[in-house]
Amino acid sequence: MELLNLNIPSWSDLAYWRPEAILCGTFLAALLGDLIGRGRRPAISFVISVFGLITAGAYSVAAVLHGGAAHTIMGDLIIVDGMAAFFRLLFILAGLATVLFSWTAEEIMGRKRENKAEFFYLTVLMTAAMMVMAEARDLLMLFLSMEAVGLVSYVMAGYMRTSLRSTEASLKYVIFGAVSSGIMLYGLSLLYGMTGAMTFDGIRAGLLAGEVNGLSLLITVILILAGMSYKIAAVPFHFWCPDVYEGAPTPVAAIFSVGPKAAGFALMIRFFYTTLAAGADPSASAPLIELINWPLLMAVIAAVTMTYGNLVALRQLNVKRMLAYSSISHVGYLLMGFVLLTDAGLAAILFYLAVYTLMNLGAFFVVVALNNHIKSEELDDYAGIGFRAPWLGTMMVIFLASLTGVPPFAGFAGKFYVFTAVMDRQWFWLAILAALNSVVGLYYYFRVVKAMFLTRPAEGADTTPLKIHWLQYTVLAVLAVPTLVLGFWFGPLKVLADQAIGLLSTGM
Amino acid sequence: MEITLSHYLLLAGAVFTTGMVGFVIRRNAIVMLMCVELMLSSTNIVFAAFSRFHGNADGHVFVLMNFAVAAAEAAIGLAILVEIFRRRRTVNVDDFKTLME
Repeated sequence: MELLNLNIPSWSDLAYWRPEAILCGTFLAALLGDLIGRGRRPAISFVISVFGLITAGAYSVAAVLHGGAAHTIMGDLIIVDGMAAFFRLLFILAGLATVLFSWTAEEIMGRKRENKAEFFYLTVLMTAAMMVMAEARDLLMLFLSMEAVGLVSYVMAGYMRTSLRSTEASLKYVIFGAVSSGIMLYGLSLLYGMTGAMTFDGIRAGLLAGEVNGLSLLITVILILAGMSYKIAAVPFHFWCPDVYEGAPTPVAAIFSVGPKAAGFALMIRFFYTTLAAGADPSASAPLIELINWPLLMAVIAAVTMTYGNLVALRQLNVKRMLAYSSISHVGYLLMGFVLLTDAGLAAILFYLAVYTLMNLGAFFVVVALNNHIKSEELDDYAGIGFRAPWLGTMMVIFLASLTGVPPFAGFAGKFYVFTAVMDRQWFWLAILAALNSVVGLYYYFRVVKAMFLTRPAEGADTTPLKIHWLQYTVLAVLAVPTLVLGFWFGPLKVLADQAIGLLSTGM
Repeated sequence: MEITLSHYLLLAGAVFTTGMVGFVIRRNAIVMLMCVELMLSSTNIVFAAFSRFHGNADGHVFVLMNFAVAAAEAAIGLAILVEIFRRRRTVNVDDFKTLME
């Protein structure tokens, strides 16, 4: 075998990578803009970031409309296919919504903040890194893209440098993030040793060709899962999640709760589907999944994650912490789609992720908007606030109802697809447990609604109507309308998700 | 004695375990970060050994990239620690309880 098999990338490859290239350029331009404005003109960075995200979004939409086969670029490191296109749109939506909304968020733009513009271009950089996570098809790119997202998030969690809580959240994030990526890296190195390959296809071929010991494969998979569970905050690697969400500024928590999680799922889908399940001959892959008893492993993680998240969310009196635990339980629902590694299950994950991004961002943004005025996220301080800001309250009801999963909201359609994917293969106990968990969720989500609309504010409390910035209303409406519409008109999104997963198995 | 692949793997396993145990039992944040560096270094040994074993350069490339990532991680971790130390005068993780319930 040749010692160095270098596949020299050509410049024409970049044509398939315009959105990522634009975002990297946007990051540099916004950074430069901040330097030129000497840190006192955040508007420069804000405008550059918004335009960069919109341009990248336009190119991503064009790529989807254009269709076409999957392309591997940069040698074999990266693949641009249907799934990558799906996640590109998702991440750009999340990044753009966060940047626009944060422009009027006190926690980011408040008078005492020194480094306002940083938030905008770090969000852009994180968006680009998350897009690469969804495109990696090589262990090297997998690790580098995960670290890129991780490193940016550590800095963003500590955004409020003078706040004890923010720096503490950041330290917890960086220490446990580093150790979990160390554990994952050890698993990756063992996998490389077993197969002698770095690309996902090569690993799969190596696993099928050689005599693989079931136990060593199981240990390797568990080590790798440890690192990935940390990214998506699945039990038992969830403990950073509530602390970081509570300590970090709320707009940062908002993008953490959807972006890196969705990127982690994208990475897991491509990695485990390609190495363990996919291939021209599906029957050949069954031994690998059964060798390590994958369905049971995933079912237990999913069941524990959703139940734990829900039960702890019940006792939370801080809305941000409650949303953190609720996001853990949603990870549990999402992991259900992984149990069988079937096309239907993975497409259900994609659909749910899109819906989850809309509703969870929305719920966090309402918290940001309220924090601007009442400077608190405690449930008690939300008493009667629905009457001071009726539109904001209504939107919060939409997002929370969708998170609960009651029809006719989008969350219901998302849960429906995940549940049917599991029940198709007779995993009834998991589906029943998930349904029970959704009922538990009803209690703590509606406690917020009750506080906002049914509780009387304390005597002498301020009851003047809140003034919400028009930009915030616009972003919230953009998130709330699809949350409503996708509840009964979910066909197109479902088709998009099915196509993305369908291409994954055939486009290699 | 001839040094074989398994010797390298045993060494890497020992270094990884040292890092992991150190991470769990020490409470000083700087020592914890150093233990993580040990864990990352142990994977470098595995990658380099297997790269030689399989006769392809992929593992060596990974090691080089890993250096850069480990350095970046240490830089960010220490920067955050300095910021915390300025306000709290301690780097013991047991004292960081503002966010506990």
